[in-house]
Amino acid sequence: MIFSGMLIYWAYDPYRIGLGSITLFHFFPNWFYDFTGIGQQLALGMALHFVLAWIFAINGLAYVIYTLVSGEWRALAPDMNSFRDAIQVAMHDAGFKVPLPPQGRYNAAQRLTYSAIIVMGGFSLLTGLAIYKPAELSWLTAALGGYEWARWEHFWLTMGYAGFFLIHIAQVIRAGWANLRSMVAGYDLVDSHE
Amino acid sequence: MSKTPEQELKERTRRSLIGLGAGAVVVVAGAYWIKDQPDADEIPQALRGVLNFNEKVVRAALFSDRHLTKTYPASAIGKLKKNGDFGMEDKIDEAAWRLSVGDKTLTLADVQTLPKVEETIDFKCVEGWSTVTSFAGARLSDFTAKFAPGGSSAEYVGMQTPDKNYYVSVDMPSAMHPQTLLAWEMNGQPLTQDHGAPLRLVMPVKYGIKNIKRIAKIEYTNTRPPDYWEEQGYDWYSGL
Repeated sequence: MIFSGMLIYWAYDPYRIGLGSITLFHFFPNWFYDFTGIGQQLALGMALHFVLAWIFAINGLAYVIYTLVSGEWRALAPDMNSFRDAIQVAMHDAGFKVPLPPQGRYNAAQRLTYSAIIVMGGFSLLTGLAIYKPAELSWLTAALGGYEWARWEHFWLTMGYAGFFLIHIAQVIRAGWANLRSMVAGYDLVDSHE
Repeated sequence: MSKTPEQELKERTRRSLIGLGAGAVVVVAGAYWIKDQPDADEIPQALRGVLNFNEKVVRAALFSDRHLTKTYPASAIGKLKKNGDFGMEDKIDEAAWRLSVGDKTLTLADVQTLPKVEETIDFKCVEGWSTVTSFAGARLSDFTAKFAPGGSSAEYVGMQTPDKNYYVSVDMPSAMHPQTLLAWEMNGQPLTQDHGAPLRLVMPVKYGIKNIKRIAKIEYTNTRPPDYWEEQGYDWYSGL
């Protein structure tokens, strides 16, 4: 999905981090396009994107329905304390001497992030539809701020996933094998206190 | 003998990893299966198939003559760039230009006998940019009713430039959309040759690639006429 999106974005790539005439980073520099081989493939990118979008939407919908029906959402949805606890978790992970708050299957930072990712996925779908059919779904495009804003939002949501992915992978590596095994198998061994 | 917890966990981890690995193999194999298919106009057949399926979904579930694209005040008009000159490499003698429709040959004055409609719309390029632009001309639906009676019962409209180097085909519902114009003015001025003088197609329900400039011939047909950018790998429908 992200790869085909990049093939599309290449054809018109106006986004940057900067202010006025000062650009700190342009998405994306030519060396990046050269390195990845992205470029001159708009038609293929669009075709792939509008095929994979079905899988993205159906998979996301199935996940949300399963999580709601099974009750698994309880382990995932943030609660009243999550915002406060998440800051503690982040400080602890960043190396500050802050005690970890009690947690269930997911800690507060995970609850917030993983829930946010699902909401972002929903917005990716909506902003995508708003760019895809701005005439037939003009109400949706208008609700998201118009055609150009919808494309901007669609892009930055994707940058959000990229940031999430990098931190996620780094944290998994830090947490070690037992944690990775529990992610894959769904189980871990803990000493019982009988 | 029952397994120890360690053995049980090892077993479950093994099963999960095999499952993950199998999933990865299926995804990679699927990607290669798509990639190795014969192309249908520059993109793999399977992708073309889904684009055609998407077209059916959109036409059945979304498209409506009553869905008008957003219009803008004159103050929002930007500077529309010329983005290609396929079919328009040479200058054209506008006085000698004629439009061919069926067995009729029309002058611009003939087309201008139709009610003039002006609209300021966001012209959207398949590349991703868009520019608010004002166009004036006749509705293609009015044109069809007057110069090609019965034409609207065909499935497709095909158009081409005088040199036949650029050509598009459009589904009839989009062609008959009230915002689809045969335009001779842009931003209050007669069309320049860069923007398709003497007569161009403007249809805000489609990407710019369908908005053919310098039209020389219009045909109404039930067999889909060729389409320049479909042959380059783009979605034929390209509807917005």
